[in-house]
Amino acid sequence: MLSAEEWGIVRLSLLVGGTAMLVTLPIAFVLAWALARWRFPGRVLLDGIVHLPLVVPPVVTGWVLLLAFGPEGPVGRWLAEWFGVSVLFRWTGAAIAAAVMALPLVVRTIRLSIEAVDPRLEQAARTLGAGRMRVFATITLPLCAPGVLAGLVLGFARSIGEFGATITFVSNVPGETATLPLAIYSALQRPGGEEMVWRLASVSVVLSLVALVASEWLARRMGRGLHVL
Amino acid sequence: MSFDVDVTVRRGEGQIAACFATGPGATVLFGPSGVGKTTILQMVAGLVRPDTGHVRVAGETLFDAATRIDIRPEHRRIGYVFQEPRLFPHRRVAANLRYGMGRGGSDWDGVIAMLGIGHLLDRWPRSLSGGEARRVAIGRALLSNPRVLLLDEPLSSLDRARRGDILNALEAVRDQSGIPILMVTHDPEEAERIATAIVRL
Repeated sequence: MLSAEEWGIVRLSLLVGGTAMLVTLPIAFVLAWALARWRFPGRVLLDGIVHLPLVVPPVVTGWVLLLAFGPEGPVGRWLAEWFGVSVLFRWTGAAIAAAVMALPLVVRTIRLSIEAVDPRLEQAARTLGAGRMRVFATITLPLCAPGVLAGLVLGFARSIGEFGATITFVSNVPGETATLPLAIYSALQRPGGEEMVWRLASVSVVLSLVALVASEWLARRMGRGLHVL
Repeated sequence: MSFDVDVTVRRGEGQIAACFATGPGATVLFGPSGVGKTTILQMVAGLVRPDTGHVRVAGETLFDAATRIDIRPEHRRIGYVFQEPRLFPHRRVAANLRYGMGRGGSDWDGVIAMLGIGHLLDRWPRSLSGGEARRVAIGRALLSNPRVLLLDEPLSSLDRARRGDILNALEAVRDQSGIPILMVTHDPEEAERIATAIVRL
């Protein structure tokens, strides 16, 4: 069905999407928790910054990443000096771009799921002798877990579809940064590439559809107060 | 003294104040809705911090503004049955009941029999009727081996038959367990039946 080259593209996309979500999860959870539960000056500003990648042209996001991670950029220089690595033209860079672009979606979904946990249940747990950590581990986390998973699945789908920021930031290198959308773009430029476009596009649609259905299912489980873990 | 409470707290425009000291048995805080009865229970449990005064329960100081004592709710050993059952929706009835049992010293079989909830243990909270959920909530509070029991309108929004069940259960708790009870209600009939002492607000 798919050629070895096409399988490689699918594998790379899954690797980039999966890594992006691993990186995003802890950051998104802390951001979502802060936005949902803490009252601090600058909360609205933080909310705005988190949502920026959703509304700024992706090319601009990619360019900002290039400035930050490039050889002269603050993060890029730090990575080079301490670890001797660069993420430019590498799949790790593609994962970073995907993570940043997916962050607003993931934070939003996790935040809603944290806000949906009834604080009165946490109070009840406290009066039953549970300290803050135990309340978090046994009440808050299990109750918002379906929403957290739904956010990750949605973010994963978004990562696999990421195009503009990725091509600006780490370019379109076959086998390294050319995920599904970038590979489709290249195939479209190439005479006789139509069949490959059809196959890769079909894979994209199927992957996205599965992710959306899974995310909906998880969100609905949460709405009914069910648990998945 | 089972309860020695003297507290004030600001709430918006007004102020909620309460001062009472009572012995063993059941103390009923009786008064119309909106005078802050629930807030008083929350201050005893440590969920709301009073501005001034003190809370002493069964001889131990749980809060004292003067000496800056403010014991955390999880260390107060107070069984709190809220107005809504507040059962954990992701745990079966048995797991809800066991949640506070870490402190030890609870009489599982006795509590289950007294409240008649043995047949509910495998059920999920969402499948319980109002009266069943209320009994499980009372059982969960009792099984956490509390020094005292706080009850916030335990009979509200229940039909007549269910109210009878819960009232019997509460009388059993009062007479069999010997745990001092502090109960909030606006219903004079309930107050008369349960109370050893009544505090009017």
